Amino acid sequence: MKVLVCVKRVPDTGGGFKLTGDGQRVDTTNMDFTISPHEECAVEEAIRLIEKHGGSSTVLTLGPEPAQEQLREAIAKGMNGAILLEAPDYEAWDPAATAQAIAEAAKPGAFEVLLFGNECADSCNYQVGLRVAHMLDIPCVTGVKSLEIQGTKAIAMREVKSGREVYEVTLPAAFTVKEGLNSPRHPSLRGIMGAKKVPIEKKKLGKREPQLIRKLLRKPQEGRGQIEILGNGADAAPKIVAKLRELGVL
Amino acid sequence: MILAILEHQNGVFPETSLEALTAARELARATNDSVEVVLIGSQSKILLSHLKGCAKALVVEDAKLDHYVPEAYAKIVAETIQKRSPKIVLAAGTDLGNDWMSRVAVRLDLGLATGCAEFRADGAALKVTRFNWGGSLLEEAELLSSPKLVTVQPHAVIKKSGEGADPAIESLSVALSEKDFRIQIKQVLASEKKGITLQDAKVVVGGGRGMGAAENFKMLEELASLLNGAVGGSRVATNNGWRPHSDQIGQTGQIIAPDLYIACGISGAIQHMVGCKASKKILIINKDSEAPIFQRADYGVIGDALQIIPALITELKKAKGM
Repeated sequence: MKVLVCVKRVPDTGGGFKLTGDGQRVDTTNMDFTISPHEECAVEEAIRLIEKHGGSSTVLTLGPEPAQEQLREAIAKGMNGAILLEAPDYEAWDPAATAQAIAEAAKPGAFEVLLFGNECADSCNYQVGLRVAHMLDIPCVTGVKSLEIQGTKAIAMREVKSGREVYEVTLPAAFTVKEGLNSPRHPSLRGIMGAKKVPIEKKKLGKREPQLIRKLLRKPQEGRGQIEILGNGADAAPKIVAKLRELGVL
Repeated sequence: MILAILEHQNGVFPETSLEALTAARELARATNDSVEVVLIGSQSKILLSHLKGCAKALVVEDAKLDHYVPEAYAKIVAETIQKRSPKIVLAAGTDLGNDWMSRVAVRLDLGLATGCAEFRADGAALKVTRFNWGGSLLEEAELLSSPKLVTVQPHAVIKKSGEGADPAIESLSVALSEKDFRIQIKQVLASEKKGITLQDAKVVVGGGRGMGAAENFKMLEELASLLNGAVGGSRVATNNGWRPHSDQIGQTGQIIAPDLYIACGISGAIQHMVGCKASKKILIINKDSEAPIFQRADYGVIGDALQIIPALITELKKAKGM
């Protein structure tokens, strides 16, 4: 079985972030980069599928040269190969443009299982996986929290407000997955050393005209005023109870 | 014409559909347009009383489509758009709504702006404000393709009921093939969870890194039960296996909006804060007064949650005469 996982390089924001002066992007000075938690689970799922069913797994990103760091991290965890679709201006690629380039790189029939994150952490577009699947004329299930391959069929479960839905599709198929699907492993030291030697396939594809254009990023207004400190340590308990009473939740 | 694509469960609208309908009505008022609504499923007509002032309800009353059938639903909407040429098409930005509209967008090769909180129609152009980073940042964006496809970020628009006459009903006839049913739902399983959910609770107690271990969540359970609340966790807590993943509060978990959120031993990473910022009030218990969460809460207690919570439980029991 051949599995493709698509990931996106995003800044590791932690407790907060600044914007660049022109409001066009997040100021990534002194920031590390990562992939979204959903995509970390997609990588883990690909490794597990190959461990169980045999075959090979490939990780793909559309991004700048430094995005090789994210590809090598996935290889260090156990994926087999990597494709970088070179796009230094990747933040200006809208979901349709990104999907078209991925669909071109992942030719019909090249992979039986395509995995995506449900949405990327930064621009939250929710649509690249579905667009790629449509362009390749394969079914796609979104929001997947468990996946099982049985021969040429896939059983995918998603959570909804009232419970869970179980879908069945015939392979090849695409899935956009959510965190909770599995617990991603950390790379081993041996994996990290080995990943440095794996060649990364690089391609440069044309960008179609974007249909969704970013004009500006801004921070939302925070509705909360100055914090009121109720006290220090266990002695604050009576003051907390008084506050709960005041708020009408007791 | 503004077209609203509204999801429902057997004739019941979730709040998010009413929010999307409100956004459609407001856009129609601004552009002096009419609103038409697409409803799919055998119970669609039950919903007409919610659609006052809308010009038309376009319905597909087919019991085979009572549950969401992704490709069939997308085909129905794509063909309706081609036949009726709306200027703007809206759906709720829920998991289902984003799935549905993405499929419509790629079928018609159109752009789609998901998670929109604000809309400004300006002649033929549509400018939107979208959620980025789960709402930590807002993006001002413009859709160049037409018609404009958008999904409405849940809880970003305040729902209002409409005025006027009931809409005219028109049945849509769309020929569906076997291929449109190739994504088959096999089973619908009811939730195994007992008690009040994170979505419905008026008080939510959340635990993070500072709770240290799974067994320490027992005190959070006790605190929550005294307040008739529910317990959730940060990504650190769920990744460490201290809480099930389905209890994660955050960008990749659940978005909660209780009256009071009590965050215990949580530093306040962006990933977590976008999941709880809709809470009316936030009370935090954290030993690190430099933690980012102190900038984003209403009330704070500085100290070790593992010592403060047992004292709080004792005090609460006293207050309740237990």
